[in-house]
Amino acid sequence: MSSPVSQFKTDATAKAGDLRHRGLIQTALRKYEIVRDVRKGAFQDWEQARQSAAETKFFAINHLDTHLVEFAEKLEARGTKVHWASTASQAREIIGGIIKQKQAKSVVKSKAMTAEEIHLNPALEKLGFEVVESDLGEYIVQLREEAPYHIVFPAMHLTRAEISDLFHNKLGSPETHSPEELTMIARDALREKYITADIGITGANFAIAETGMISVTENEGNARLSAALPKTMISLLGIEKVLPKLEDLALFLPMLATAGAGQQITCYNTMYGGPRQADECDGPEEYHVVLLDNRRTELLADPEQRDALHCIRCGACLNVCPIFRNVGGHTYGTTYSGPIGSVITPHLRGLQDWKHLSNSSSLCGACTETCPVKIDLHHHLLHNRRNASAGKPSVLERLAYRIYAIAVNTPGFWGLGKRIGRLAYPFARFFSGTIYDPARAWTKTRDLPPMPGQSFKEWWKERNR
Amino acid sequence: MVEGTEPMSERERILGRIREALKGRAPLPGHHGEVVENFAGPERETFSQWLPAVGNTKKAKFEAFAKASADLKTDFRHVADEATMIRELRSVAKEEGWIKVASHHTDLTDMACGKLGLPTLWTDGGYDVNEMESCDVGISVCDALVAQTGTIVLTSRTGGGRALSVLPPHHVVLAHSKQMVRDLPAAFALLKERFGDGFPSMMTLITGPSRTGDIERILVLGAHGPKKLTVLCHD
Amino acid sequence: MKVTLFVPCFMDACYPKVGISIVEILERLGHEIECPEEVVCCGQPAFNSGYWEESRVICRKVLKQLERAEAVVIPSGSCGAMLKVFYPELFKGEPEEAAANDLAARTWEFSDFLVKRLGVTDLGAKFEGKATFHDGCHGLRELKTKDSPRRLLEKVEGLELVEMEAAETCCGFGGTFSAKFPMISTAMGEVKCSSANETGADWMVSNDSSCLMHLQGLLDRQGNPLKTIHLAEVLAQR
Ligand code: SF4
Repeated sequence: MSSPVSQFKTDATAKAGDLRHRGLIQTALRKYEIVRDVRKGAFQDWEQARQSAAETKFFAINHLDTHLVEFAEKLEARGTKVHWASTASQAREIIGGIIKQKQAKSVVKSKAMTAEEIHLNPALEKLGFEVVESDLGEYIVQLREEAPYHIVFPAMHLTRAEISDLFHNKLGSPETHSPEELTMIARDALREKYITADIGITGANFAIAETGMISVTENEGNARLSAALPKTMISLLGIEKVLPKLEDLALFLPMLATAGAGQQITCYNTMYGGPRQADECDGPEEYHVVLLDNRRTELLADPEQRDALHCIRCGACLNVCPIFRNVGGHTYGTTYSGPIGSVITPHLRGLQDWKHLSNSSSLCGACTETCPVKIDLHHHLLHNRRNASAGKPSVLERLAYRIYAIAVNTPGFWGLGKRIGRLAYPFARFFSGTIYDPARAWTKTRDLPPMPGQSFKEWWKERNR
Repeated sequence: MVEGTEPMSERERILGRIREALKGRAPLPGHHGEVVENFAGPERETFSQWLPAVGNTKKAKFEAFAKASADLKTDFRHVADEATMIRELRSVAKEEGWIKVASHHTDLTDMACGKLGLPTLWTDGGYDVNEMESCDVGISVCDALVAQTGTIVLTSRTGGGRALSVLPPHHVVLAHSKQMVRDLPAAFALLKERFGDGFPSMMTLITGPSRTGDIERILVLGAHGPKKLTVLCHD
Repeated sequence: MKVTLFVPCFMDACYPKVGISIVEILERLGHEIECPEEVVCCGQPAFNSGYWEESRVICRKVLKQLERAEAVVIPSGSCGAMLKVFYPELFKGEPEEAAANDLAARTWEFSDFLVKRLGVTDLGAKFEGKATFHDGCHGLRELKTKDSPRRLLEKVEGLELVEMEAAETCCGFGGTFSAKFPMISTAMGEVKCSSANETGADWMVSNDSSCLMHLQGLLDRQGNPLKTIHLAEVLAQR
């Protein structure tokens, strides 16, 4: 297998030049920007809302221990079994164990990025269980045997023609280019699964400490069905999902919907606090909540970047990121893509192996500007770069910067450098863009900047002589 | 591990790591990198002031709910009295050609389903899922309507369980105009007040019929939940 | 007022006309100008690449050289952001922290200096053509200089200013990023140029020569007739 950095570079180069991909993504995201702006405009004060949301998450995360204990105890009081997993493999074992113990055959799952993070589906399939993704986009990428393209829009890289082909091949459905008909094909295929599934697995968007409930945001109703029909329900969530109070949802639900999809509020926002209670007519007999650390506590231990744990996975930073828009989600080679992925992946999966994600940014700051919980995303990319080169500097690069520092700090050197540049310039044109060109990374697609005969400083000196 | 002590649980390990991590203090967002001592948490009373504006008169609230419903493609009908509501319900039943309905027992639903005169699956006390799947509509009451967003609030205890409002292809909500609250903060305050000493296992905010945009970001209604949502509200 | 002009390294070597234009404009407004010989680079390349120690070597010298300057003017949003926003971060907890904060407060991006510090927008400039403005990201988001360049351009006789849809979208330069990830950088530049082309503009104006260096290189290579020009050069024409 290629290293993460070479995989990234290869895929990024291919995708960046793929005009079809570019057209598809730019069009989809331009549409998003228009509706998002309308929804943002409806807020009385979006900026203040961001500040309040950031402060709420700040409070939640900076008292994470007490919030988690409260959350778990309240859930347990209503008959929920709460599991704690330090690592991905522990979480997989816990979930696999529950399913085994229930002697379940089929599992319906609604969208959960945390499950992607721990590679839950392959693990369960290895144990012999059928796991069906029920969110339409997730279902599509599952049928294609690929990872979600985007944390909120998993199948946004596909055209309806491709989806039609896929359904035709895998489900034997007639070909159609109507999104409506394609959706109904999936609806019918999945209905059966809900009714027969023994286990429903969901993620969570929020964990309310005060009341001991998770909150799940969705448009389709698939999570609600997964939480209503199977006898056993399991929710997997990262420990950072906490919100202190129930009424915090009043702010977070519309902000998540606005930032994430340009909706005022998502179609279903559902809070689950336990299995079926004595006075209730349906719902699972057993409810399990699995709390996952998986190196989140390491991120927590870095006060500078702790706010990355405020993330509500709305996807807004991906949507506005010009890197994401040009290389696409799969190129990142990891569960969380886009700016937030580039910030946290080096923490979750190893700084030296994943620092290229922090390097592959122009630091434009569009992500930070859009983030509903005000995570200082692009500055954290800088922090990761600093930490990476402090931990394991590239000898050549450091040497280059040392020489450069001397050159610019010594006026004679700088003047000489310019003169050499000027002399070399006419020759540079001969092999500009060829493989012999030391500046090929630049000149392959771009002409060199001009090199006029007199620099500004030379002009200034001459003028003041 | 120190000899003689119990092995640490994963819970304690995680909490231990969290407590250790939190010894370093993080800067408060929006305060230019400054660590603020004793930050007491957000001022939640202000949330309403940032969210989309809704007037506080009955008229303003109903207008906001109607507008949101139109955007969402919720069929919202505000009628003068209970009798008119029943007439509306019967006309929807006729239009849609309902053969069988699902509902739960409350005074209002008992009366409404009685007037419909169709075979009815009652969810109270348990039901067969396949039978519910074959129903044309789920009829329920709700806990509140939220003017700001066109949202219906209901719970597993008060709305006929978890599936009634999401499994049949059409969900009809019967409501009283007194149930209209202004905004989301008011809706959560109401839930806390009503259930504070014993929450149901599920509480949901339903905003429009089920939808997806997963295919080329084009809106399609009825992804997995109901394709239609009708709200009948009487004074 | 005595103005200390900081013409960043690559502008000194490749785009002397920008500095010359600023000297002309500020002198016309009656200000005295100095250009310290030993201030060459703001230290951003090393900083952005994570080599903060190496960057500090350069920045310390800048701090020293500009210690007594009344107002430092930089014709680049990016280098301006380095002095105003990143020096304080770079020197946080270092002996030079106070000096860095102090310099940040005395430093101005060129268009902001004219509009917000001097309060001038009409420079009596004349420039024929249709132009669209590219917001360099550092100027736009770190320094919030969205309005100043536009207010200046609105007053230029003969110039028609049209906004492009992607005005605030990054051009893809990003310093060393442009060489480390050339294909992503190029794709981003293409998106930018096609948005500028959609407006029918003849000129893409910006207050950041680094963005323009990348964009002009791309336009030239692709034979795209759109031309780039620094704001100062437009404002100096009469
Ligand atoms: S970092 Fe911010 S914008 Fe990005 S997904 Fe998380 S919450 Fe959304």
